[in-house]
Amino acid sequence: MTERFMLSRRDLLKTSAAGAALGLASASFPISRAFAAAATVGFIYVGPKDDYGYNQAHAEGAATLKAIEGISVVEEENVPETVDVQKTMESMINLDGASLIFPTSFGYFDPHMLAMCAKFPDVQFRHCGGMWNKDKHPMNAGSYFGYIGMGQYLNGVAAGHATKTKKLGFVAAKPIPQVLLNINSFLLGARSVDPAITCQVIFTGEWSLAVKEAEATNALVDQGADVITCHVDSPKVVVETAAGRGAFICGYHANQSPLAPEKYLTGAEWNWAKVYKMFVDDLMGGKPLPNFTRGGLADGFVKMSPLGPAVSEAARTQFDGTLAEMMKGGFSVIKGPLKNNKGDVVATEGQTFVEAAIELESMDYLVEGVVGSTA
Amino acid sequence: MDSTEIGLWGVPLAMLGGAIRVSTPFIFVSLGEAITERSGRINLGLEGTLVFGAMTAYAVAVMTGSPWLGLLAAAAAGLCFGLFHGWICKFRGVNDIAIGIALMLFGSGLAFFFGKPFIQPSAPDLPAIPLGGWSDIPQVQAALNVNVLFLIGAALAVFLWWAFRNTRAGLILRVVGDSSDAARAMGLNPNTVRLLATGIGGALAGIGGAYLSLYYPGSWTEGISSGQGLMAVALVIFARWNPLGCFAAALLFGGAGALGPALQSVGVTQGYYLFYAAPYIFTLVIMIATSSPSRSLAGAPGELSITK
Repeated sequence: MTERFMLSRRDLLKTSAAGAALGLASASFPISRAFAAAATVGFIYVGPKDDYGYNQAHAEGAATLKAIEGISVVEEENVPETVDVQKTMESMINLDGASLIFPTSFGYFDPHMLAMCAKFPDVQFRHCGGMWNKDKHPMNAGSYFGYIGMGQYLNGVAAGHATKTKKLGFVAAKPIPQVLLNINSFLLGARSVDPAITCQVIFTGEWSLAVKEAEATNALVDQGADVITCHVDSPKVVVETAAGRGAFICGYHANQSPLAPEKYLTGAEWNWAKVYKMFVDDLMGGKPLPNFTRGGLADGFVKMSPLGPAVSEAARTQFDGTLAEMMKGGFSVIKGPLKNNKGDVVATEGQTFVEAAIELESMDYLVEGVVGSTA
Repeated sequence: MDSTEIGLWGVPLAMLGGAIRVSTPFIFVSLGEAITERSGRINLGLEGTLVFGAMTAYAVAVMTGSPWLGLLAAAAAGLCFGLFHGWICKFRGVNDIAIGIALMLFGSGLAFFFGKPFIQPSAPDLPAIPLGGWSDIPQVQAALNVNVLFLIGAALAVFLWWAFRNTRAGLILRVVGDSSDAARAMGLNPNTVRLLATGIGGALAGIGGAYLSLYYPGSWTEGISSGQGLMAVALVIFARWNPLGCFAAALLFGGAGALGPALQSVGVTQGYYLFYAAPYIFTLVIMIATSSPSRSLAGAPGELSITK
């Protein structure tokens, strides 16, 4: 399903990209750089690239490109989502000769990356997130993202078997659709094991606030949650605090099992290596790069951490079964009948939303069983 | 793991636990700043010292395996930063606030630079004393797991409060802070006293940083402080330069900061952004309630550049 959806998208874009290239050529812009055999690729991170989290996931993807013949990688970390990122992009283009740039943080897109797209029409920009729209944005821009909610569903399956208190905890940054989908998926995964399970969510309000994340984890454990997961930029603090209090952990973004080997059940990880390799292969092959790229577990955009020693045999069986189901495609986490935690129906009997469903990208509710509020 | 239900009791308990867990860096930085400001100088650079202390402590603890050596190294690094500030400020025409801001940026930047290789490894933690053994409720036991640094900070606050009034060193510090001319007439060198006071203030801020990276939240990340050093400097004014006041203000700030997560955990989920603002609202209310348009701040050292 996903595969078909993506291919049709890409085919559509190929034609439009070809049109754009023609337009560029006739306007006598030099487009040779994009077709050179050797190329420089730039990566920009909002935090440190070894944060056990969001930025590390991207940096691990970037690192795999370094092995490819003819590709050189330039990276800059701790770049704020301000005009600073524009300066970083300019220097990557002017000084390092980058022909493809990945500004990986959400806030880089508008207006910073768009300004650079207009200024350097022969350089390709691909942004991590779902912002690119072909009606509004230039063709040398684009976005890529992964459906990691499925991973949180699998986290939930492992958590559902591990919990004794039937209460899970979720430390979340902000109530945006991607985060809400992760919270809902985590609970629904756990409820596939035992429908009595609930999940308490605490929003910290920021992507990276070490002390508040630790406080939130402590508060969750105090209220009896015994499996904790999170959606913050660097899960290191949450993982260490939860393990210190004796709770189990499901990871996010990258593999955090070295931080708590005994307590780590599994984790939903990005596999950006696959995505970056795909872009670079197109670049080296002289093909136009796709502008809208999405994928999930089946496409290899997302992967799961190896199951930890605390995962029971029953959990392992259900985990593997669910994963196999997902790999076939067409798996729906959000499916009817389903209510939100205010009692309103969000999916009627028989209604299903596959991971690529566009409705999920504007999710504004927490499902029944999640204790928390979106505002 | 436990399954004890404590329900709404979780809120006061979390505030108590939060006050103890979160307040320690505030206590150390504000006590250090109280000493510095009592000598007539402001060191705004303590935020940078805090971050650098956190990094140094973590790095040394990783390399030597001993959190105590890390703590010592953080104090030494803080001392160097403080002495540097004190040394520059003795020159004529140097503005201590501007130097403080420069050192704040310098300290953070240097910490990020040297701290790169230490984000990944895990360091041993400073020990905690379980004071909750009398209770069989695990949540109470967890809340009363008190780090030794918190106890040292509490003792230090009482000691400083006493020493400012009753010791020769305390009186020298205060006379230098209240009037350079009087100090000179007594044969004291204000610059030397301020140099030492700023140095000690820096060392205490370094210890505060060690608490952050070696106990709670207990890891080195670049966002570890998120402005706590600056808030602590503000707490000193809030506490009217009184060490006991600094301690109380730090506790209040830590407890109020725990309110937001605790309320969400018991199901009060609406308006959490407002609860997160609680510490700042508390501070503002008390500031307004205790200030007066007709007199200057009580207890302000006369030589302080913001009150002169």
